Amino acid sequence: MPQPLNYLKETASQTAGPYVHIGLIPAMAGFDIFENNFSNVLVTPNTQGERITLEGKVLDGSGSPLRDVLLEIWQANAAGRYNHPADRSAGALDADFRGWGRGGSDFESGLVTFETIKPGAITDKAGRKCAPHVNVWIVARGINIGLNTRLYFSDEEAANAADPVLNLVEPQVRRKTLIATRGERAGKVVYSFTINLQGPDETVFFDV
Amino acid sequence: MNVQAPALQDPRLNRPEPFTPRDGGFFQRDRSIHPPAYAPGYKSSVLRSPRQSLLSIENSVSEITGPVFGHNDLGPLDNDLIRNYAKDGDPVGERIVVHGRVLDETGRGVPNTLVEFWQANAGGRYRHKKDTYLAPIDPNFGGCGRALTDDNGYYYFRTVKPGPYPWRNFVNSWRPAHIHFSVFGSGFAQRLITQMYFEGDPLIPICPILTTIPDKDALDRLVAPLDLNASTPFDSLAYRFDIVLRGQRSTYFENRPEGN
Repeated sequence: MPQPLNYLKETASQTAGPYVHIGLIPAMAGFDIFENNFSNVLVTPNTQGERITLEGKVLDGSGSPLRDVLLEIWQANAAGRYNHPADRSAGALDADFRGWGRGGSDFESGLVTFETIKPGAITDKAGRKCAPHVNVWIVARGINIGLNTRLYFSDEEAANAADPVLNLVEPQVRRKTLIATRGERAGKVVYSFTINLQGPDETVFFDV
Repeated sequence: MNVQAPALQDPRLNRPEPFTPRDGGFFQRDRSIHPPAYAPGYKSSVLRSPRQSLLSIENSVSEITGPVFGHNDLGPLDNDLIRNYAKDGDPVGERIVVHGRVLDETGRGVPNTLVEFWQANAGGRYRHKKDTYLAPIDPNFGGCGRALTDDNGYYYFRTVKPGPYPWRNFVNSWRPAHIHFSVFGSGFAQRLITQMYFEGDPLIPICPILTTIPDKDALDRLVAPLDLNASTPFDSLAYRFDIVLRGQRSTYFENRPEGN
């Protein structure tokens, strides 16, 4: 027998269940308990960057919206810099932008929204620009292990065409499942997305 | 008064290792110890499970970074579920302390990471507008809390032991007593939600959610043992629950930057 490696094993995932709001967004469960609450609003009045709303639904295999889903997003700031010590790229940090938020879907419509800013292009270790994107993590009743996907932006066609991750997606027709569509409503920029868990337009999910 | 740390924190902490940040990719996730997305015994998973293969990508800066939290994000009672929603007395139920460490696969404690937890009350009822189980709401129990791990990855909180409850899967499906956990780690690719169960619960081997886990050892690692040495005499029993997140390499593979 060779020597044992003695790595520990990762703790197994379990579903977040239908009552995930109690722990993560108690106001949605119907009560007020913490002084400080995390939310789907990532910006303060001082945050740098173009204000955008991300708005979408997660659909199940029957095409019905999940009404008990929770999404978290993690993104770079307007300069393309993540607010984390492991990002050593040149862009300036923004003290008014953590870059993370969580939102639950509306219990009737299934709509999830985030108030944030459009992230800048990200520079990878090799010095290449990666298209602006938002990292998304999805949990809900019936989802046994959190699903990772990304949202890119429809008005970044050239950057998207050169993005090293989008270019890994085959067949190419599936790349569109990762692109949020830019629109405007009441003078505000709204990017709309649909995440399909199954079906012919199933969203690309990543094993990161 | 804030919840007091258990008298015995971790017998292994007498050799704390210095924590040095790493910035490489995370170890490839061993999916064989996790429940598959499609697990028909847990019926809700059938329509909510992706059917295409996941696209494997090397970790880039988008995955090795993640949100950073600090003590300013938390309140003084956030890790005391006996007091953080008390209105006119303590909640009903067995008083317990849950404690443990957040580690990575190399055995290092993960410091300053956010751990969130939520649970039903002692009767198995959740404080949630969508829970209609006939067991009563406890006016003094909210059922959620959170903590930041210390420099050794250690966390603890005080609560009452949750009760089992029925749910719609088969007509007579019952959840074993459990506490939900949400953990961040240092990078978004470590993000994890899981559930902790209690040693000796006869509902564990027949739970349709717990048994989605294909690996017996991985399932057993979700069961917290009674930790009598960490209990508070004449006050609370203690259960110990360590959580392991993915390990991380020291540096990028500079020669193969795809996806970085």
